[in-house]
Amino acid sequence: MDRFLYLTFDGLSRGAVYAAFALALVLIWRAARIVNFAQGAMAVATAYAGYSVTNATGSYWLGFAVAIIGGLVIGAVVERVVMRFVDHSSPLNGVVVALGLVLIIQGVLGMIYGNNFRPAEAPFSRDAFQVGGVALLSRYDLFVFAAVGAVVVTLTLLFTRTSTGLRMRAAAFAPDVSRLLGVPVGGMLTLGWALAAAVGSLAGMLVIPTELGLHPNAMDLLFISAFTAAVLGGLDSPVGAVVGGLVVGLLLAYVSGYLGATVAPMAVLILLVVVLLGRPDGLFSRAKARTA
Amino acid sequence: MTTLAQRATKTTNPPKLAKSKIVPLVVTIISATAIVALTYVLPPFRNYQLATIGAYLCVTAGLTVLTGLNGQLSLGHGALMATGAYTLALWQEKFNLLLPGIVVAIAVTTLAGAVIGLAAARLRGPYLAGLTLAVAVVVPSITSTFDETFNSDQGLSVALDPPPGVIPVEQWQAWTCWAAALLTVLLLAYVIRGRFGRDMRAVRDDETAAKLAGVSVARTQVLAFVISSACAGLAGALFAVLAQSVSPGAFPLTLSLFLVMAIVIGGLGRLSGALIGAFLLVALPSAAQSIAEDAGSQHLEGNLALTVFGVVLVLVMLAAPGGLASLRIPRMNRKQTRINRKQKGQE
Repeated sequence: MDRFLYLTFDGLSRGAVYAAFALALVLIWRAARIVNFAQGAMAVATAYAGYSVTNATGSYWLGFAVAIIGGLVIGAVVERVVMRFVDHSSPLNGVVVALGLVLIIQGVLGMIYGNNFRPAEAPFSRDAFQVGGVALLSRYDLFVFAAVGAVVVTLTLLFTRTSTGLRMRAAAFAPDVSRLLGVPVGGMLTLGWALAAAVGSLAGMLVIPTELGLHPNAMDLLFISAFTAAVLGGLDSPVGAVVGGLVVGLLLAYVSGYLGATVAPMAVLILLVVVLLGRPDGLFSRAKARTA
Repeated sequence: MTTLAQRATKTTNPPKLAKSKIVPLVVTIISATAIVALTYVLPPFRNYQLATIGAYLCVTAGLTVLTGLNGQLSLGHGALMATGAYTLALWQEKFNLLLPGIVVAIAVTTLAGAVIGLAAARLRGPYLAGLTLAVAVVVPSITSTFDETFNSDQGLSVALDPPPGVIPVEQWQAWTCWAAALLTVLLLAYVIRGRFGRDMRAVRDDETAAKLAGVSVARTQVLAFVISSACAGLAGALFAVLAQSVSPGAFPLTLSLFLVMAIVIGGLGRLSGALIGAFLLVALPSAAQSIAEDAGSQHLEGNLALTVFGVVLVLVMLAAPGGLASLRIPRMNRKQTRINRKQKGQE
């Protein structure tokens, strides 16, 4: 039972990161009908930038800020410079271009930093508190929950309570009508990509200290898990992404806790297959208001 | 009704021996002669590279049929190649009979491909890409899960008899790989010229219309996936023969991405494009390698090729989505396809 509790909290902590990353995927899907397969590589790139700053200045938080701002920048650049010019008549084109970006980013990172794992320190202790003799949560887990919670609340407020959020939704839902009404549709798209990439960067900064460290391929498996989470929730649903992320996190924690860590990737694959074949629109899909 | 009946009899006239049936055979025979002649001229290392191109051609040809003609993007072909390679390694450990081993490797990979294909036939666009991406990332990790069979990250060595007679190993490898590659391309050429090729294109262009015309969409998609898996299995087995070892490190996610890049750059759905792609897969890393050695930088090694591939892929997608092989199409044709595409986009 102790172990179960520990794994549950561990899973929720992992799941929070997956939720943030899945949220980033959902943001771009809603804005542009593209699954951003370069999301993982973009997040790794900003994490490298962040940790470079941390190593140079000694301040984790300065590096953290650089990573998030770097996310905003890289998201906007990718949309303005590349994605805007992709012919979207076939859904394959966006995917293939994103994969090209993955190759570029991983290649450039490898050229600058080398292909070794670089240690990445966590800003808080990762030793778990003992509650009644059971190790439950670490300070770092609390930091993860707080950060992801803040992102979810901020995004919710942005999209439901501000005029910018309304414009973004309008631009995604009916670009032509929005343009007639004076909404800068292109600008909203860029903003959406920037926000999504920043959220992805946050997820990257949160997950890297808990894994082996910084590596150009560090986010490959995380991307798969987050994609599974996003599909589980329905690619269109932010709430679904958060719930899906937590579910995937719990599943991975239990599987690696009880069956061994090497089984975890296979568990993700099996879950993805089951979801895609059983309920491809996700658990939280509403009635088909619009199709891709 | 009479006109219909007349038309019907017209189409059932005895088929003339079409030019399209002979051309692939002629091209194959000429290529085979050229390759054999080439292997006598080239130094051993170049022969090894030539063999590698042949091995890549098997998988790129299969993948371009799947993605270009049937519209299914697979990022999992690297993992399918790993399946073929490991099957051959395990077979050779027990029996040491190369030719049956390759057949078994193809069969096992075909089976694995059928499983993925059954799932893939129900998925579209980014969902399919995501699933196959997961396959590419996850399958290499299976070697760690069952490390007693697959020996984890170290991988297995492939036991091989020396080549018959006095032929140098590299030359024998080039012959083996190109025999397989040319056979694959020849078979694929007939497949895409035949009824099944038409079915695949019909399904790619408009599933509803294909269904109305009596084409089974799911069957066509699964079969296309199976065919291209068999090609990937063959390529994997050839890679095991070439490297004389298999390890998960030889089949990373980047390999799958490289394959997609190769067929996109070469031109989706064209066997000539698959050849261009296979050539680039060997030539670009080799060129990047020599640049990196000249610069004396370890960081450049491998990563330069990665970056160049990425840049080329993005540029090709933005500038010429038809790939390099499409550049020789007459202008009229291209205009027409563009118009078609536009109309499709408006629907």
